[in-house]
Amino acid sequence: MVNTWEVYCMTLSLKSTLLGSAALALLATQAMAEQRTLKYYADFDPAPLAAFEAVIAEFEAANPDIDVVLQNFDHEGYKTSIRNFLTADSPDLANWYAGNRMAPFVNSGQFLDISDVWADNNLGESLASAKGSMTIDGKQWGIPYTYYQWGIYYNKDVYEQVGVEVPSTWDEFIDNCAKFKEAGIDCLTTGTKALWPGAGIFDYMNLRTNGYEFHMDLTAGKVAWTDERVKNTFAEWAKLVEPGYVTANHAALDWQDAASLLIQGKAANYVMGNFAVAVFKDGGMTNETLGFMQFPEITPGLPRGEEAPTDTIHIPAGAKNVDDAKKFLAYIATADVQTKLNEALGQLPVNNGSKVGDDPFLQAGFELLSTADGGIAQFFDRDAPAEMAKVGMEGFQEFMVKPENVDRILERLEKARGRIYK
Amino acid sequence: MTGSATTPAIAGTHSHGSGVWKRNQRALAPWLFLAPGIFMFALYVIYPIIASMWLSFYDWDGLGAKTWLGLDNYAELLDDDAFYTSLYNNIIWLVLYMLAVPAGLFIALFLNQTVTGIRIYKSLFFFPFVISQVVVGLIFAWFYAPNFGLFYKLIEWITGTGIAVLADDRYVTYGIIAAGLWPQIAYCMILYLTGLNNVAPDQIEAARLDGAKGYKMLWHVILPQLRPATFIAIVVTVIGALRSFDLVSIMTDGGPYGSSRVLSFYMYEQALSEYGFRMGYGAAIAVVLFAIMMIFISFFIWKMVRDERGM
Repeated sequence: MVNTWEVYCMTLSLKSTLLGSAALALLATQAMAEQRTLKYYADFDPAPLAAFEAVIAEFEAANPDIDVVLQNFDHEGYKTSIRNFLTADSPDLANWYAGNRMAPFVNSGQFLDISDVWADNNLGESLASAKGSMTIDGKQWGIPYTYYQWGIYYNKDVYEQVGVEVPSTWDEFIDNCAKFKEAGIDCLTTGTKALWPGAGIFDYMNLRTNGYEFHMDLTAGKVAWTDERVKNTFAEWAKLVEPGYVTANHAALDWQDAASLLIQGKAANYVMGNFAVAVFKDGGMTNETLGFMQFPEITPGLPRGEEAPTDTIHIPAGAKNVDDAKKFLAYIATADVQTKLNEALGQLPVNNGSKVGDDPFLQAGFELLSTADGGIAQFFDRDAPAEMAKVGMEGFQEFMVKPENVDRILERLEKARGRIYK
Repeated sequence: MTGSATTPAIAGTHSHGSGVWKRNQRALAPWLFLAPGIFMFALYVIYPIIASMWLSFYDWDGLGAKTWLGLDNYAELLDDDAFYTSLYNNIIWLVLYMLAVPAGLFIALFLNQTVTGIRIYKSLFFFPFVISQVVVGLIFAWFYAPNFGLFYKLIEWITGTGIAVLADDRYVTYGIIAAGLWPQIAYCMILYLTGLNNVAPDQIEAARLDGAKGYKMLWHVILPQLRPATFIAIVVTVIGALRSFDLVSIMTDGGPYGSSRVLSFYMYEQALSEYGFRMGYGAAIAVVLFAIMMIFISFFIWKMVRDERGM
């Protein structure tokens, strides 16, 4: 909006001085014409936006003949508008997500195959941890620039107050819950109004009960939801839900509402992504009171899988300036740029040559992900197709309110699986 | 052309060319005047209706190729629990939303008096209709919010345990309807207030001479004169109930676990939301919603035509 107004003012002033500076204006347009524009559509929050603008400025300084025009969208609005602009008025670069989330665009030919960028810059090695989630049909379809870990964030004061140790196994975790319950504290908090926070809990329950391979098979639709192993996952989960260890009324809470329960000491643990740290700290928590732990082990001896959603940049099939777009992607993939970006984002760089910030939660996340021998999942709504994700997350929410409905929920998910994966 | 035809002197010189026009002027003129309206109506109403019906026979994600399914989408609807939940909720909406009509009438009767400052009271009662539905939804969501909401605290104070209305599948739809009734009552009230202004004072006087008062006066003298207002109030309330989308979207997003969905919201979820993009299935839901609306619309049109003929 502001931009339109500015342009309008500029046009006005331009008109009034047009006669006087006609020659000058002509020169200016000629100089502009030599620059190639690179149109980039993105959905950054303010802090990441500033970081990206700085990185873009450096890219432009190194390539004076390229002018990157960044058009920033609102986060939620972007998810719907991308479908429109990819078909109608395509930019040269667009933000999106890894895993199954990009599959519809890849399968319908909306994203360009950029395997050559990966091969030419040896990205298979430097971005190794994300290569699997960027690959469909043996080709790479985008460049990952950041990811972040999921895990359990906890209130250290509450642990001290109740007098329990940070658990390393599921049994210890459940034992702690009983003590928290006695003290009138929610052992695990969550806010599932927007559904996805519940999926984080399910992912970890399933990863820890059945392992990464099984979790991937399940989200890829290869295993029935009524399978005995899925029931085992829900049985473990029920140990948490049935005694009332999870915040009541979570279905009416936003994830930030639940975060304030943890901040106020009314809840002990929260399964969340690392982006929540900013919210905890805004609420007054510090590195001394906020703790992070990996989700405890349920089935002993399973290779440990973790959850780390990856954000990516792609070249739409309708891009007009493909050569420069590839140049930009290669630049974004470099270790230096990823270090800088993720310092500002407060997240983890994908490039293994990058440096991680001093923040203890980032360090912990880096440690967590780099030692995950099971594999890295993207998050339920990125690993599973969108429709399955929706039905699934509703099922998880219902389970956490009415655990007795588990059989009916699983049958419903199985029915959806039969329809969605063809 | 039209100008020349009405000026005889010039018309004579053009008589050859405007012969067809002259002969059919009476038949053609109405269509010419209607043409812009018909064109817009066809483009923005008729065409989308037919296109949605056509789309409902396909499987389409909005990007790739369409696949012909025939009636499969409808067959799936018949076997879809979420569809029945939405349909059931829509019926609850229709029934309970009707409360807005008598409630609006009651408030209008109450406010229809000459006291100092009555205009201020009237505008205060009308206020909820002026503010956006989104704001209404947010206010009620806070009202019901667990742990700090006024309603939650009130219930907690009375019964000892609070009820999080929007997190409980038993109450959630009623909670949203209550929020929707707030502005809808105001709307019905304003319709009745204007209606009450037009009630003939001589009839009231005559009724009073005949000894009618209180309930009898209302039922036999006032209400019959308010029939046009009642008709409009029912029409807007039925339509309001069937397109109840914004409140559901703002307050619960269809949750918890889809128990507060209505058809219009389910259609949006399936066709356009983040996890949806099943255009064909969404279109099939839209067709069903359209069929339900057609029952009411046909009734209203039939009644309007009958009334016009009666006059």
